[in-house]
Amino acid sequence: MTPPPDSSGGTRIPQVTYHGAPSLAEPVFEVGSLSVFYGAHEAVRDVNMTIGRRQITAMIGPSGCGKSTMIRCFNRMNDLIPGARVVGKIRYHNEDLYGRDVDPIEVRRRIGMVFQKPNPFPKSIYDNIAYGPRVGGFKGNLDDLVEETLTHAALWDEVKDKLKTSALALSGGQQQRLCIARTIAVKPEVILMDEPCSALDPIATMKIEDLMEQLAQEFTIIVVTHNMQQAARVSDRTAFFTADVDDKGERHGRLVEYDETERIFSNPSNQRTEDYISGRFG
Amino acid sequence: MSPGPGFLKRSRPRYGEGAIKVLLVAAALVSVLTTVGIVIALIPSAVDFFREVGFGEFITGTDWSPLFSPPHFGVLPLVTGTLMVTLIALVVAVPLGLGAAVYLSEYAHRRVRAFFKPMLEVLAGIPTVVYGFFALTAITPLLQDIWPVGDPPQVFNALSAGFVMGIMIIPTVASLAEDSMNAVPNDLRDGAYALGSSRMQVATRVVFPAALSGIVAAIVLGISRAIGETMIVAIAAGGRPNLSFNPLEGMQTMTAFIAAAGIGDLPTGSIGYRTIFAVGLLLFVMTLVMNLVSIRLVRKYREVYE
Amino acid sequence: MGSDVLDKGAATGMPEAPRLKGRGTPLRERFFQLSLWASLAVGVVFLVWLLAYVVIEGWPRLDSRIWSNFPDIIDPTNAGAQSAIMGTIWVIAFTALYCLPTGILASIYLEEYADPNRWWNRVIEINIQNLAAVPSIVYGILGLGIISRGLGFGQTVLTASLTLSLLVLPTVIIASREAIRAVPQSIREASLALGATQWQTIWRQILPAAVPGMATGSILALSRAIGEAAPLLLLGGLTFITFNPTGVESPFTVLPIQIFNWISQSRAEFTALASAAIVVLLVILLAMNSLAIWLRNHYSHRW
Repeated sequence: MTPPPDSSGGTRIPQVTYHGAPSLAEPVFEVGSLSVFYGAHEAVRDVNMTIGRRQITAMIGPSGCGKSTMIRCFNRMNDLIPGARVVGKIRYHNEDLYGRDVDPIEVRRRIGMVFQKPNPFPKSIYDNIAYGPRVGGFKGNLDDLVEETLTHAALWDEVKDKLKTSALALSGGQQQRLCIARTIAVKPEVILMDEPCSALDPIATMKIEDLMEQLAQEFTIIVVTHNMQQAARVSDRTAFFTADVDDKGERHGRLVEYDETERIFSNPSNQRTEDYISGRFG
Repeated sequence: MSPGPGFLKRSRPRYGEGAIKVLLVAAALVSVLTTVGIVIALIPSAVDFFREVGFGEFITGTDWSPLFSPPHFGVLPLVTGTLMVTLIALVVAVPLGLGAAVYLSEYAHRRVRAFFKPMLEVLAGIPTVVYGFFALTAITPLLQDIWPVGDPPQVFNALSAGFVMGIMIIPTVASLAEDSMNAVPNDLRDGAYALGSSRMQVATRVVFPAALSGIVAAIVLGISRAIGETMIVAIAAGGRPNLSFNPLEGMQTMTAFIAAAGIGDLPTGSIGYRTIFAVGLLLFVMTLVMNLVSIRLVRKYREVYE
Repeated sequence: MGSDVLDKGAATGMPEAPRLKGRGTPLRERFFQLSLWASLAVGVVFLVWLLAYVVIEGWPRLDSRIWSNFPDIIDPTNAGAQSAIMGTIWVIAFTALYCLPTGILASIYLEEYADPNRWWNRVIEINIQNLAAVPSIVYGILGLGIISRGLGFGQTVLTASLTLSLLVLPTVIIASREAIRAVPQSIREASLALGATQWQTIWRQILPAAVPGMATGSILALSRAIGEAAPLLLLGGLTFITFNPTGVESPFTVLPIQIFNWISQSRAEFTALASAAIVVLLVILLAMNSLAIWLRNHYSHRW
């Protein structure tokens, strides 16, 4: 519930900078040799990356490249899939996320998630926002928290007169912003977004992107997206994934290149990245 | 500064979650205990019975008169009675049930379905004692009136009981068969239509074979229901064990015998009381085999198409 | 008609146009479709006939005597089914009390907790499917051998309702599982991603959404129990009883068994009496089914 205290403790900040552009901030996640298996199938293979604090990190790549599988590792949503198994390390503030004592519930209270399709609960707008704090044992004034959260998510003016109406009556874009608001109501440190705009129209998408930029001042955001323009517009750093097909026809996701967004989109160092960015495949 | 080590540990113990899981597992185990209970109820008394009577006499004997003296314990008349009624029921239920299933899955418009499906559900919901009453007081007299040649059916006969039982299991056969036909992917149908097949050809040569394991499962489950049905036969097929293959005669089934013996409130430990368990064990094993075959077949088609 | 067009084409020397007009549905196709339709119609005709028959047969006896009087062997005109109706209410109320919580909890375990790859969960699964098809008279034997005599509960409302709860438990479990499965996975994910525990997710999200479906399935399962007679024949249900149950220890009879009893009597008056009692039984079942369907239509969620 308490976001980890900020700054100063950066014992392991990689001293890499490019062109004076935003460098990698203090790391929140450090991923080392991470592979994800579904049964015997290795869906993601040997990923190494570091996610910086209060930055927006985008994951792009063709479908089936394992980026959704990857993002679901960060708050242990893959635990819900029978047969899913994670090998390697994800360190969250130096704590092994898959360590033996780690409680996935605690993890998810710090690392929230927004999904591809807006999935508000079939309850009132108010109850949607209040749900997370309630299950987390929140002991303050819920009304205030709901108002504060909705204001924060730039949704208050649109819904303040219909807090008790069903969230399902909202438009798709509003529903998705409600889902984002619902996530920040529990005051996480990190927000994972799995293709949050893929079900929305361009105007609703723009509003979400604005919201993301605003939220990045307080939250660390990881976003999976199909939309390269979106990655280019909002993210500080971009990870490009692709899938290798082995002789049995199985696809294995792999991290090809991970760098500052500007560099990925202007001067990628890998040919596959360049092909993808320029629309030559994928 | 990072948060202290172990900050992702459980912040407070959640004993409730664990307790609830134990409760849920316990509830799920009740179903397992039911099976264990059935086996415990059946086996010891049946073993006592076979110690006294001998399994050979039971399974091959042709005279069932356990409460007479001297008693005879040949179960064959009950088995043939059961099979006779079951066979008649299948002659009715298989064509009608499968016909209904094909119609609902391949032909019926939405509104026609909306009419017929609830009708089948109602048919399935009529208590069997009502079916038995109808067989005895409506079907049998009707058959006796219109019987064209030879001796008319007796007051208690396998034919009316089997016929009514067949109607009763139409919904069972139809609904399982329809499920399996619905599971056949539309690509297969489209492919056949694209080659110029008619509806009938698609239904009989594409859908029916593709859904075959589910259809067989439906029939096997129907057989299991027919073998296990009690009230219809107890009311309409009579209470006299009769090793006969004439459907116009009365005959007792295994279930009807169990019911009749159970009504008698026989003293625990008597040989008459134990016959209930011996016949019950035979009935349980027969339906168990049918059910397992049916479950297996349903799994098969689900694996293929879902 | 079609051939006229072709003739003209041939006469003017134009290439023969492909024939697209059907020759009309062949007789074989029509006959096939008709026989399929007839298979359904047989069931419907039978149903209508059966309902008409019991109403007509029972009409002379369909008055207040049927629920205000008690069974009477000597004088059929004075006989009623009050003790059977009350017995049915008692037995079914306790059946619901035992089997609904058990069935719903079991279905939650199987849908939300059980890993289907584990052999023990597969055993439970197959076991339930088999139990759903075990003949009801076998449950009667279970009730007789274990509950009535083994545990010594005797021929009482308690024994009857415990036996019937085991009988309909698989039906309740299967229906509740379907209701739970209808709740989309995205709701579970949303709740868990907010840091809810598994049980919080079930209690606050899954169950509220699944309750209408569970209620529908439970009512249908209980209506099966109401019509069930075979297992209760083994548990003393056929005893001649002229008083209402006063507790779970009471001896009992129920409507289907009372009907069976009257069918077995040879005098014609009893046939009318049986028909009248059947009408009462069917009306109760119809009411329950209507309630179930209403619940299903009224509260069904659209995701």
